Amino acid sequence: MQDNRMDLHTEPLILNMGPSHPATHGTVRFLLKMDGERILHCETEIGYLHRGFEKHCENGTWTQAFPYTDRLNYNSAIQNNVAYALAAEKLLGITDKMPDRCTAVRTIMCELARLADHYTNLGAATLELGALTAFLYFVEARELVWDLIESVCGARLTSNYVRIGGLATDLPEGFDAHVKQVFAKNRELWVEFDKLLTKNRIFLDRMRDTGAISKEDAIAYGFTGPCLRAAGVEYDVRKANPYLLYADLDFDVPVGFTGDNFDRYLIRMEEINQSIRIIEQLLTKLPKGPINVDNPAVRNPSKEAVKSVMESMIHHFKNTIEGIKIPAGEAYVPTEGSNGEVGFYLVSTGGGKPWKCRVRPPCFALTQAMGQMVQGAFLSDIIPTFDMINLIGGECDR
Amino acid sequence: MFDYTYLPEMNLIPYLAEMMVKIVFIFSMNMGVFAPLLGWVERKQSALMQDRIGANRADIFGFTVFGLLHTLTDAIKLLTKEDFIPRGADRTLHYLAPFIAVVPALVAFAVIPFGGQYELWGHKANLVIADLDVGMLYIFAVASVGTYGAVIAGWASNNNWSLLGGIRVGAQMLSYEVAMGLTLVGIFMVYGTLRMTEIGAAQENFFHWGIFLQPVGFFLFIACALAENKRTPFDIPEAESELIAGYFTEYSGLKFAMFWMAEFLEMVTISAVLVALFFGGWQIPFVSHQMLADFFGFLGPNLAQVVTMLIHVGVFWAKVCLWIFILMLIRWTLPRFRYDQVMKLGWKIILPLALINIAVTGAVILLVR
Amino acid sequence: MAELRDLVKRKFGASVLDTHADFGDQTVVIAREGVIEVMRWLKEDPAMGFDFMMDLTAVDYLGKKPRDLRFEVVYHLYSLKHNHRIRVKAPVGEDDASLDSIVSLWKAADWFEREVWDLYGIVFKGHPNLKRILLYEEFVGHPLRKDYNIRQRQPLIGPEN
Repeated sequence: MQDNRMDLHTEPLILNMGPSHPATHGTVRFLLKMDGERILHCETEIGYLHRGFEKHCENGTWTQAFPYTDRLNYNSAIQNNVAYALAAEKLLGITDKMPDRCTAVRTIMCELARLADHYTNLGAATLELGALTAFLYFVEARELVWDLIESVCGARLTSNYVRIGGLATDLPEGFDAHVKQVFAKNRELWVEFDKLLTKNRIFLDRMRDTGAISKEDAIAYGFTGPCLRAAGVEYDVRKANPYLLYADLDFDVPVGFTGDNFDRYLIRMEEINQSIRIIEQLLTKLPKGPINVDNPAVRNPSKEAVKSVMESMIHHFKNTIEGIKIPAGEAYVPTEGSNGEVGFYLVSTGGGKPWKCRVRPPCFALTQAMGQMVQGAFLSDIIPTFDMINLIGGECDR
Repeated sequence: MFDYTYLPEMNLIPYLAEMMVKIVFIFSMNMGVFAPLLGWVERKQSALMQDRIGANRADIFGFTVFGLLHTLTDAIKLLTKEDFIPRGADRTLHYLAPFIAVVPALVAFAVIPFGGQYELWGHKANLVIADLDVGMLYIFAVASVGTYGAVIAGWASNNNWSLLGGIRVGAQMLSYEVAMGLTLVGIFMVYGTLRMTEIGAAQENFFHWGIFLQPVGFFLFIACALAENKRTPFDIPEAESELIAGYFTEYSGLKFAMFWMAEFLEMVTISAVLVALFFGGWQIPFVSHQMLADFFGFLGPNLAQVVTMLIHVGVFWAKVCLWIFILMLIRWTLPRFRYDQVMKLGWKIILPLALINIAVTGAVILLVR
Repeated sequence: MAELRDLVKRKFGASVLDTHADFGDQTVVIAREGVIEVMRWLKEDPAMGFDFMMDLTAVDYLGKKPRDLRFEVVYHLYSLKHNHRIRVKAPVGEDDASLDSIVSLWKAADWFEREVWDLYGIVFKGHPNLKRILLYEEFVGHPLRKDYNIRQRQPLIGPEN
């Protein structure tokens, strides 16, 4: 028998995956060249959620940038608030003068945001692998964390909680007990989720050895966060360049071996536990005191003062209308976001508005490597890989 | 015990009447009860598993009836939706595909006995629509026709996603049909027949239920049946996060509803086959037909048979419902396989195990004799 | 121990235009012609070991600096081994807004450079695929330039029908 395969005319199948596709949720487009179920080439196109974050910030006062930072990685909005505030405070030179309570509360809120982000990410990943029930377990856990965030700042998603030189509000009464109650439930949900998936053969087969990236490539692509640590690189800004209270806290940074999706999953699962551990440590030694710096030119005076003291009113007026005056200079502050290094690079020319407000988006660098990670894999492998990268359109496209 | 050669001396009128009653009964059970209700059951069951409330909004004058009215609103919605045919699609095949998918799911039920054989007022009633001597083979044959519906739908939609879904259906169904046939060979060897009514009757003794005689075959069959049903974890042909909706991406309205219905009907058929082959069909453990008839003997011989029949039919459907529940439990627990993993499972694990099962069954039968 | 910026200045005295360490951020300003050379040294020299290209962006100093220094391309590098960071800035003029691409050194720079081209219109010579990334091809202008009018409208695009 003659082998006729060589004479058959074949051509690759071009698939346009996204932006309107259930797995890409309108934020990204993969142009796939397929040989049957195999991906020959994957071109990633982003920008569907570009809102002009930097341009917005440059045209508002320093304080007005906070709501925009909420909408970067909206799953962990407070981390962006904090990162921006830290960069602005660095420019103001008041980093050392921040009240202890403010720093502690910021640390707690950062970790709560990380919890919410990891719950969402892991849940969504299982949803897209078809396990809807596990997804809803973690959505419940996330809802409980959002309840906590809501009790602190009144909003669940777009918190707008941090201010330059302080915080919008202090923690509410009974926050400690509320956290304990939430964590008790969340630990149960974590165990259930873990039982449903971590040793599930189907889940293992889908996650293991898919979307893997080597240590060297991960570094070259500028990976940070859980995806970098999954590849075996121990880099966590909280340990490498401690900010807030992280230097004094006792927590571990999980590191993977293979750089595949399953390691990314395991690392996020463990980071949930570590975040809970951090928050519990902080709550036991939460300092009392003011939450704002005592500097009316930076942080607005209290409403009572504004209504009764002339100087306070003037400060309030000038801060609101002209913006806080930040001396000329430039500063970069790296922080550990849920997805990786969130760095704010601020340039001031001395006005009430940022001259440049740049954020380093972690998933921008991660998404860049999508093409390489799914090369030669199956169409189905795009799903867990894309989920574990945790592309947040708001952050990637800004 | 049973007389299976009663057909020739049958009177035509009662025979036709009995036939009509049985067909109407099965048809109304499937189309009237299961097809619409399973949508509701799925919503409510998943809600139960996921700590939610589930559908409870649709109401008439404030009565929500546990969300049952959602079934009605679904029907209205699907009936009134635009019937969309994409540009460049093959119109004829696009129309034909849903019918090819839904009809086999319905007619496969013809050979499944939903009760035993009863003598009512001198007329012997056999509670199966067609008591074929090739019963199970008929189901395989009809089920494989259903595959064409999905494959044609994928091809006729002129959409790459549908096409991929169609190819996946073809590959998956073909692979698992082979394996499924082999998993049941053990059952046929044990009972020595392909006729579903005989298999059912042979399970009157609780310890002769298929699950005890063919435990390995049972688990293999469940895996294959889930794959044939195309539901999670084997829903790769329609994997919504990968292929949007797979082969029925381009279907809307009533044609979409038919694919939906076909899936639910297949689930009912699979549960019924499971019950008929492995779970004693209409039989109640430790309670034989004769015991029931004797117990209700005070009603007179005919009425006692009627009551026995009603109990048997009820037991059968109760078992089917239980199995539907279990199938849904699996569907809401597991994530989805990948295409190549499904193939590997079918060809490299289930098929060899089924063959070993056949060999072992044969050896045991030889030894026992 | 000498500061990083001094080490760079000692090595590339001619290319280094300025250095500072405001707020503790080590910063060197280099001439754009020397970008590749300095970056390669920063990456490959064992004492430097900057294996991460963390961030790449640009700043438009319209009206604040002379025309031939209007833009500054800003690189943030991080070294995993030594746990130190450096900021490298390369001024780019308005008339010939271009400099060498560093994609050959760090793959990460690919999209970051495309973004700077997209939003600032700075050309990276030697970039393998320099096209818009966040905006669409039909977009007119580069919106993060300070002279981009935020009230202006863009031409409508879309399918013919």
